[in-house]
Amino acid sequence: MIRFENVYKRYTNGREALSGISFNMEPGEMAFLTGPSGAGKSTLLKLIALIERPTRGSVLVNKRNTSRVSRRQIPRFRQRIGVVFQDHKLLYDRSVFANVALPLVIAGLGTRETGRRVRAALDQVGLLGRESHAPITLSTGEQQRVGIARAVASRPDVVIADEPTGNLDPDLSLDIMRLFERFNDVGVTLLIATHDLELIDRLRHRRIRLVGGQIVPDTDRPPSLSQAP
Amino acid sequence: MAAVKRYLRLHLSNLFGALARALQQPTGTLLTVLVIAIALALPAGLRVFVNNAGALSQGWEGAADFTVYLDLGIDEARARELADDIAARADVAETTLISRNEALEEFRAQSGFGEALDALEENPLPHTLVVRPAAADVGAIEKLALDLDALEATALVQIDTEWVARLQSILRLIARVVDIATVLLGLAVVLVIGNTIRLEINNRRGEIEVCKLVGGSDGFIRRPFLYLGFCYGLAGAVAAAVMIFVALVLIRPPVRALAELYASSYTLAGLSGRETLVLLGGGAALGWIGAWLAAARHLRQIEPS
Repeated sequence: MIRFENVYKRYTNGREALSGISFNMEPGEMAFLTGPSGAGKSTLLKLIALIERPTRGSVLVNKRNTSRVSRRQIPRFRQRIGVVFQDHKLLYDRSVFANVALPLVIAGLGTRETGRRVRAALDQVGLLGRESHAPITLSTGEQQRVGIARAVASRPDVVIADEPTGNLDPDLSLDIMRLFERFNDVGVTLLIATHDLELIDRLRHRRIRLVGGQIVPDTDRPPSLSQAP
Repeated sequence: MAAVKRYLRLHLSNLFGALARALQQPTGTLLTVLVIAIALALPAGLRVFVNNAGALSQGWEGAADFTVYLDLGIDEARARELADDIAARADVAETTLISRNEALEEFRAQSGFGEALDALEENPLPHTLVVRPAAADVGAIEKLALDLDALEATALVQIDTEWVARLQSILRLIARVVDIATVLLGLAVVLVIGNTIRLEINNRRGEIEVCKLVGGSDGFIRRPFLYLGFCYGLAGAVAAAVMIFVALVLIRPPVRALAELYASSYTLAGLSGRETLVLLGGGAALGWIGAWLAAARHLRQIEPS
């Protein structure tokens, strides 16, 4: 579902964020992307969402080589990918419903179908009945769940998340990860960047560990303290 | 059918969204609309002025009449025949015969030389034809004058087209100046709206990034801004129409007073229905164009990072 083949990414300022990354994720797989700050986790996710393009190598998402996606085709390409951010990136001048509905409106769904899917997504994240609330009146954890509902509302093939629990306390973080697992159970491919090793030690999923822009071996269940940055 | 409905709903929600957004900052919106209104009211108002001056010069077309004095030897029957001949020409609107007797009576009544005229044995005045040309343009009038002068029975053609020609060239000059002003001020409207939309795009940078991230196409992201530009342009045009209306209400009484001094029933004309539509449509179109230019230039620069 996600395939990196010898990917390099060098920014215009000369910094090389990724150096020869290769990995493959099967459909329905869930993986954590770990590593210290500045290891290239965010860059890797940006290559998947076509926010950045690789300097060398190829990135394939859902068997599609991203280098063959023209600028004009990017919107349609992104509609098949759900993205979750550390800072939620909600639109604070509209309701929870409007936020979750945004990708569906963009995809051109009818009002009834949009309403149905928004309520389904909010139900899955435990926020049904809060549609008319303003995001700002929700707690940080709830806002993040609205962000997740928005990412999954259009039923994407792939969901990527960049430090989705970065601002949350441990209990809420675990809630969010359990939520991702439930989406994974219904077949969504998930790649989640996080440096919260303590948290992911409690979950059994594949890890891709980045250090200095390269993938380094990671044992299946490492002692958490030795892995801490 | 469903697709059309969805399309219309999307556009309507964009339109109302733009209106709501403009009304959220009433002062800024009002100032922008006023600037646009003034930029539109100037050329539209000048055009109203030119239209009125044109109508006024039409009212004075009697001054372009020819007076054709016939030879003294021509009798009244022949004069009447000539008058009918000339009146039949395509470039002549009307011909009036003033017979020498009528002319004498009129002269006697108006000049005060009654007794002196009685002393004359013979009426010294010839038959006279007053010819009103059909066309207002100078070339046609001059050709008519030459033709009339060439008639055998003509003693003298008196014509004063010079001031008509001058007035017409002045009007043409003013109309040209108004054309240029219209283009320049239209450009100003495009720039004002383009700049307003540019600021709006900057203010909504975060929202635009999110829309791009969840797959919003350029068209989807651009549309609210196009509607905003459209609303600004239309609102400015409506305000411009109101400004012109108010200005005419203020100017009308003194113009009427002036016209009465000249024993004229002349009144100022305002914007016609068609001109009002052109103003409103033009304002909206300029707003759309300004927004489109700003959106094309600035939306591309905003990419999620």
